[in-house]
Amino acid sequence: METDLKLIDENGRRLDGRRPDELRPLRIEAGVLRRADGSAYVEWGLNKIYAAVYGPRECHPRHLQNPQRALVQCRYNMASFSVGDRKRPGPDRRSQEISKIISEALEHVVFTEFFPRTSIDVYIEVVEANAGTRCAGLTAASVALADAGVPMKGLVASCAAGKVANTVVLDLTKEEDNFGQADIPFGLVPRTGEIVLLQMDGDLSIEEFTQGVEMATRACHQIHELQKEALRRRYGVAAGEQLAAGPEEAA
Amino acid sequence: MSETAPARPAARELVLPGEALEAKGLRPGAGVFSDGRQLYASVLGIRSVRNNALHIVPLVGRYIPVPGDEVIGKIIDVMSSSWLVDIHSPYPAPLHTDEVPWRVEFGETHKFMQVGDAILCRVASVDEVKRVRVTMQDYGLRKLQGGLLVEIPHSKVPRVIGKNGSMIGLLKTGTQCRIIVGQNGRIWLDGELDHVLLAVQAIRLIEAEAHRLGLTEKVKALLAAGPAPTPR
Repeated sequence: METDLKLIDENGRRLDGRRPDELRPLRIEAGVLRRADGSAYVEWGLNKIYAAVYGPRECHPRHLQNPQRALVQCRYNMASFSVGDRKRPGPDRRSQEISKIISEALEHVVFTEFFPRTSIDVYIEVVEANAGTRCAGLTAASVALADAGVPMKGLVASCAAGKVANTVVLDLTKEEDNFGQADIPFGLVPRTGEIVLLQMDGDLSIEEFTQGVEMATRACHQIHELQKEALRRRYGVAAGEQLAAGPEEAA
Repeated sequence: MSETAPARPAARELVLPGEALEAKGLRPGAGVFSDGRQLYASVLGIRSVRNNALHIVPLVGRYIPVPGDEVIGKIIDVMSSSWLVDIHSPYPAPLHTDEVPWRVEFGETHKFMQVGDAILCRVASVDEVKRVRVTMQDYGLRKLQGGLLVEIPHSKVPRVIGKNGSMIGLLKTGTQCRIIVGQNGRIWLDGELDHVLLAVQAIRLIEAEAHRLGLTEKVKALLAAGPAPTPR
């Protein structure tokens, strides 16, 4: 796509004033939905996304049940009003793809073998979108899973990198995504350094790709801290507060 | 259970999934996994050391049935020779007519228990694919008539019961209610309406503050204030 927008100015600043390796403002809140087993809300730049987790619960339809492990079923959905032009509601090719990759990313960290024959359902609702929703959705979903008490090997943090005006940048906005040259959604388990989501749209040289992945890795560690902070806040635990684990510790 | 509590309990902190745990000489217990070198928490919960093993006591999460657990179930389906019981876990549990304290003819199950009835039952067996069977054939196991059911996360049941049943004793004397606590986090209450409401308040307090110290004092204070009917 052609544009006369100047995506990066003379000072190396982007349209919203960020440096190439800077994230948009990110706010995470855990436990926002009362009826869900676990939930999270993420405001990431102009993205607004809810994630809800139900389960582990009985898996329906029955033929999908796996006698050895739980299924992680994710549904990514964009509200019709989440984008500039009204989005036709309902699942489309794009949201099916995103649902699948997020399910697979989360399945990697959940101890699915603890809950045979069940399904862990993750619902991601994009209320406002401004590029990077799959990463924001995955970030929110992993907080929601922890909030639901689902056993996991670690949280998943996710962030995109890309190339805009011949510069490798982190966390693209809508304009940068539309008029940029490449986009790499990236998901990481910060504890182990395992990559659970990696896609690429556009062309990048090996050097640019490596640089983008390094940038996103660093960002994911930052995001991981915010995720942990959100969960701590949810359970109202002040720093250094003494907690009781069971009746034997009761006062 | 720990023999004697240490004079000064170590600070207990909230741990998150994937968090590395300080565990010198401790075995991994529930909610803990190892990558071969280091122990990590797998669930969101509170660190606890018992019998030389490090456990993470979860704050939330689903009840997974364990044989021998006394649970409160709800009948969700009636078949000719069995009932299907919801025990608040991902797995529904069939209750066969052989496992009830009555003699039930084939096709007459509906005369004994119907959809919506609450029962006190015991998890008889759980196999490797988590097929659960429950039984009502034991002392004290029965259909629960009347009363009110309250649900809390199953991980907070030990706090409601307390050390040697101290908390549940406090609740029973403080509210004059009949109270049955199922291991699956369902609590059955029966008594005067005001008293039941007070008991519910107390249970909600325990639920909210389960991971804090000084809980007994707070519950005592609430119960001492007496039944102030504030319907929730």
